[in-house]
Amino acid sequence: MGQPHQFSEYSEKVIDHFTNPRNFGAIEDANGVGQVGNPKCGDIMQLYIKVQDDIIEDAKFKTFGCCAAIATSSILTEMIKGMKLDDLGAVTNSAIAEALGGLPKIKLHCSVLAEDALKAALSDYHRRTGTKK
Amino acid sequence: MKTVNLDHLSASPILPEVRDEMLPFLSQEYGNPLSRHSMGTNPRKALEEARGALAGLIGASAQELVFTSCASESNNLAIKGVALAHSKKGRHIIASPIEHHSVIHPLKSLERQGWEISWLHVDDKGRVDPREVDSLVRRDTCLITVTSASNEIGTIEPIKEIGINAREKGVLFHTDAAACVGNIPIDVRDLCVDLLSLAGNTFYGPPGSGALYVRQGVKIFPIIEGGVQEGGLRAGTQSVAAIVGMGAAAKLANKMLSGRSAHLITLREAMIEGVLGGVPDSFLTGDRQMRLPGHASFCIKFIEGESILMHLNSLGLSGTSGSTCSSEALRLSHVLEAIGVDPVWAQGSVTFTVGLDNTIEDVESLVKNLPIVVGKLRQMSPLT
Repeated sequence: MGQPHQFSEYSEKVIDHFTNPRNFGAIEDANGVGQVGNPKCGDIMQLYIKVQDDIIEDAKFKTFGCCAAIATSSILTEMIKGMKLDDLGAVTNSAIAEALGGLPKIKLHCSVLAEDALKAALSDYHRRTGTKK
Repeated sequence: MKTVNLDHLSASPILPEVRDEMLPFLSQEYGNPLSRHSMGTNPRKALEEARGALAGLIGASAQELVFTSCASESNNLAIKGVALAHSKKGRHIIASPIEHHSVIHPLKSLERQGWEISWLHVDDKGRVDPREVDSLVRRDTCLITVTSASNEIGTIEPIKEIGINAREKGVLFHTDAAACVGNIPIDVRDLCVDLLSLAGNTFYGPPGSGALYVRQGVKIFPIIEGGVQEGGLRAGTQSVAAIVGMGAAAKLANKMLSGRSAHLITLREAMIEGVLGGVPDSFLTGDRQMRLPGHASFCIKFIEGESILMHLNSLGLSGTSGSTCSSEALRLSHVLEAIGVDPVWAQGSVTFTVGLDNTIEDVESLVKNLPIVVGKLRQMSPLT
């Protein structure tokens, strides 16, 4: 029978990214910003990206949410920094969860939220720059 | 690292005196209290002694107590037991919206089977208005159920007023007193309750021990049917060790109630003042005065409860939260919803419950560390 998850079930990587989050804050001159989630549901992720020459030069986040939401935001920024826009398709929710050494089942939606934040930031970038998509 | 328990309503230590009294029933005295032969003699004696001690703690007679495995079972037995036994009178039940899940779920299940539930309102402190209870009573009302105190917000309810009105109108009244018994004085006669649920582990007895007080003459149907244990109201071989532990804990609680309360209130006040003073944009949930002695609950704006608890956990401090992400069902606490807390701020809910084993140093550690944790999380929050 299923048991509620416990803090001890979070992987070391989740705990590391939660305790020492990378790249939090805003980017003043970001050219793509995505916000997903709903505070009433307990999660909001804001992703700031700065794209230059089709490469993500910088990425930062602000997140209101649980441990898994903060950890997925943090690792997402680490994963996408320096990536070419064409390669971002590989950054799926399962890739994000995997990079964290897995997430408790009930927290998998946080990795979906992170993927959605990336998509939202990208479409904002494309909208602002009048590029494809 | 020292672990500090600030979550006593989830788990309290079993007192050494309690454990000592339990031990014989986990070794040589393993007999079945129902046995007629001599192996059953001491277990049966011990069982009845425990019943007497527990009755003493709540002002009941021993024969009015049914042993169960936990307060959840007691709540189920009270609600379904009354509903089934009194369905001829009617199928209408009045209930508060801030009940424990072990009250809410049986009620919802009865609702699906044709009972009608009138849900009361509570004010922003979580208080039920006895006049509203009174106004909802109908000819077909078979039960009123209102918790003695919510474990989430700590507000103590006006049980006596509700009880007096219910008795006058001839409607049965049940209260889930799991968070109260052994922590504040509870007298079933004075409160005019007909059924009362309690659990041994909330007053330093073992988990797996509980009881339902059923006033003499009140008819209920059993949920677990089988043998003649517990007057036929709860079949199954009793867990003698657990019950003996609950009895021993009841004796101690009865003796030391006022001293315990004073200690817990000192710690609670330090917690409430320290947290509200040290964390800007935070507020207390539940009533400031009429609250459980060791209970402090807050909402901390702009951040989420599980994150707060996770940081505190790494510092050896525990607590609970009613936030969406803290719940297995990913649903916000129905209690915070009922008292009208903005669902965004309710995400930052944290509840701390202290016990006998806590010291003022434990509270100081919370008061010192919580603002640091909050600051760290707020730095990352898009809401600040």
